[in-house]
Amino acid sequence: MTETKQSTNPKRAIQDSSHSAEPREPAEGPLLEVRGLQKHFPIKGGAMRRVIGQVKAVDGVSLTVDRGETVAIVGESGCGKSTTGRTIIRLEEPTGGEVIFRHPELGPVHIEDADTKTLDKVRPKMQFIFQDPMASLDSRMTVGRVIAEPLVINKVLKGQALRDKVADLLTVVGLRPEHASRYPHAFSGGQRQRIGIARALALDPDLIICDEPVSALDVSVQAQVINLLEDLQERLGLTYLFISHDLSVVEHISDRVVVMYVGRVVEISDTKELYKRPLHPYTEALLGAVPQPDPRKLHVMEPLKGEVPSPANPPSGCYFHTRCKYAQQKCTDETPELREISSDRGGSAAGARRPRMVACHFAEELELTGAVVPSPDAFKAVETETSVQLKSGDLE
Amino acid sequence: MTTRRRASGGSRAGDRRADDLGRGSSDAIITVRDLQVEYKTTLGKVNALNGVSFDVPRGSVLGVVGESGSGKSVTARAIMQILERAGKITDGSIVFRRPADDRRESTQQEDELEAALDSSGEVDITRLKPTSDAMRAIRGSEIAMIFQEPMSSLNPVYTIGFQIQEAIRLHQNPDKKESWAQAIDMLDQVGMPNPARIADSYPHELSGGMRQRAMIAMALSCHPALLIADEPTTALDVTTEAQILALMRRLKEEIGMSILFITHSMGVVAQLCDEVIVMYQGRVVERASVEDIFYHPKHPYTRSLLRSIPRIGAAEHTPLEVIKGSVPDPYTKVSGCSFHPRCPDFIGDVCRTVIPPETLLPGAERHGVRCHLYDDERALAGSTTEASR
Repeated sequence: MTETKQSTNPKRAIQDSSHSAEPREPAEGPLLEVRGLQKHFPIKGGAMRRVIGQVKAVDGVSLTVDRGETVAIVGESGCGKSTTGRTIIRLEEPTGGEVIFRHPELGPVHIEDADTKTLDKVRPKMQFIFQDPMASLDSRMTVGRVIAEPLVINKVLKGQALRDKVADLLTVVGLRPEHASRYPHAFSGGQRQRIGIARALALDPDLIICDEPVSALDVSVQAQVINLLEDLQERLGLTYLFISHDLSVVEHISDRVVVMYVGRVVEISDTKELYKRPLHPYTEALLGAVPQPDPRKLHVMEPLKGEVPSPANPPSGCYFHTRCKYAQQKCTDETPELREISSDRGGSAAGARRPRMVACHFAEELELTGAVVPSPDAFKAVETETSVQLKSGDLE
Repeated sequence: MTTRRRASGGSRAGDRRADDLGRGSSDAIITVRDLQVEYKTTLGKVNALNGVSFDVPRGSVLGVVGESGSGKSVTARAIMQILERAGKITDGSIVFRRPADDRRESTQQEDELEAALDSSGEVDITRLKPTSDAMRAIRGSEIAMIFQEPMSSLNPVYTIGFQIQEAIRLHQNPDKKESWAQAIDMLDQVGMPNPARIADSYPHELSGGMRQRAMIAMALSCHPALLIADEPTTALDVTTEAQILALMRRLKEEIGMSILFITHSMGVVAQLCDEVIVMYQGRVVERASVEDIFYHPKHPYTRSLLRSIPRIGAAEHTPLEVIKGSVPDPYTKVSGCSFHPRCPDFIGDVCRTVIPPETLLPGAERHGVRCHLYDDERALAGSTTEASR
């Protein structure tokens, strides 16, 4: 956290004169920058309900998201990935750190100390898609009202223009305009998630934070929603912060990955590099645990022992040392900093979007195994063996 | 004991063909034939299962895959006779074969079960009343089940040890001290660190993975002949899931446990199962060895499902193939093949009007598929199977 704030008062936010609707120059800096973000929840106890401890749900998370890319946050449940997402748009008040969002008109805005007025201007550009599409849609509002609500609240449109926009949004996400008059219960899980996406798109956001958007969906529907998100990104130039625990989905959708463990970032890398050669032992363990859809590639790695430590009472040094098979004395004593790894040491390859970062004392020495890749034959089995020949002879 | 994958395959191909006509081969722990389950609701009848047939071979893991609403859990609940009040088994049989060497101390319930068993040690579960002593003797003791959400299946006001002990005392050993020791031993066997302390803790004090281990310990405490696992890893993280899968594999290899494993994850199926049935809309659309399901899938639904899962190492940013539409809601009846509205290989009227019977494909291992694309092969092979419904 050595960087200086660009503007402490959001009202004095630097005007971004170069703003236009066209894709911007990458030179203008990241769309979202998070520096040392912290979110601690107090534990209250005793007769006076005094604060007796802190759950450090997010403890010094730094990451950047460039315009047009998809950055995924992965980790086990309780690692703070959802809290990070919620704190970034201030659904939770951060305990410390900075969140800088580059607004198309206001320029870089510090979200963490922005006042209500500024937040009102910034939030339309940062939208959220929630995991559970049943819980995140008001069951007593028609789909049309659900999608129109952000437009009404922000006084963007009304009357016929509003209805047209809603119809438009429904079409964009692959539903029909006449669906606007129905209620959420009349839709399947995948369709409800589409409604959630339409609502997020209503205000033409730049950044969409997707918190496990496909985890609650069936596989066949999950593919539809993933494709929709990718398609929308291409068409509308969206940027995603994609929070997920499913490493196969993350590999498919993301450009870069942030791996979190007990409230801290342990590794940031381009997706391909990360899956090919992880630099943090925790990343290796996560990748090794993914059940591959290939019976010829059975789990080879011993599963990770033990449990995730509690963020209320984390171990000393590197939080992962209690479960790490490479741990040494240094790991118990010293907390490893998130640091850049140079390319000759297994760091970012040429053409990488951003430098590779890892928080492990021994990142340079360890030779870690990447993800198991299903055999190409398994792909071919479903791709080439088409039933076309059978079909032609079978028509009556 | 058959331990390794498909150690039991091949050689029995002959009688496998035969078993599809009759009551199933005797080395299957459970044989389900043409099982139909119906739910009566205020909105009308829902046919949850429309003739489900499969066997769980002794000592192997049968995977049941399908999307939500395909009837996976209903199948499991029907076997255990714990269907919700509205649900009823309307037809079909579930033949459970109790292992011959499995003689236990006789309780009154056991006597009832003995009476229900026929001379070959078989019993048709569908003929037993859900509340009968014989069924109670089977449930939990001979066939045990673990559920998706361990927090809602454990009682929050009793300790883990007490709940495991309860099952042991009911079915096996009424002695308090001995059963407690047995409970701790079970916790140890499922890889619980410090089992004595865990036995004294309450469910809320444990993490999700530990709770699921406790559930498994409870299910295994009476040494069941068949374990039914209904999405046991769905609510868990990958790392914990890997631990549970490793435990399941160990159980299969060390004590030759037969497992019916329900999941929607193709990855978990590939990692754990020996044979697989794929369900869609209350029917088994394909059944085959795990190798065949992944390397020679036949049914368009199975193939679409495999194409739609994101795989690590696939070409970057190529869109996933999707199955158009979504699983139809249970109240609408789809004529003909229930997959035809979504099928990429739809071949016309026959799909819309005729429910495809199961076709057994030629080959050493049993591979059955319910699809009109393979009608010719059925004619060639001359194999007939249960009548279509």
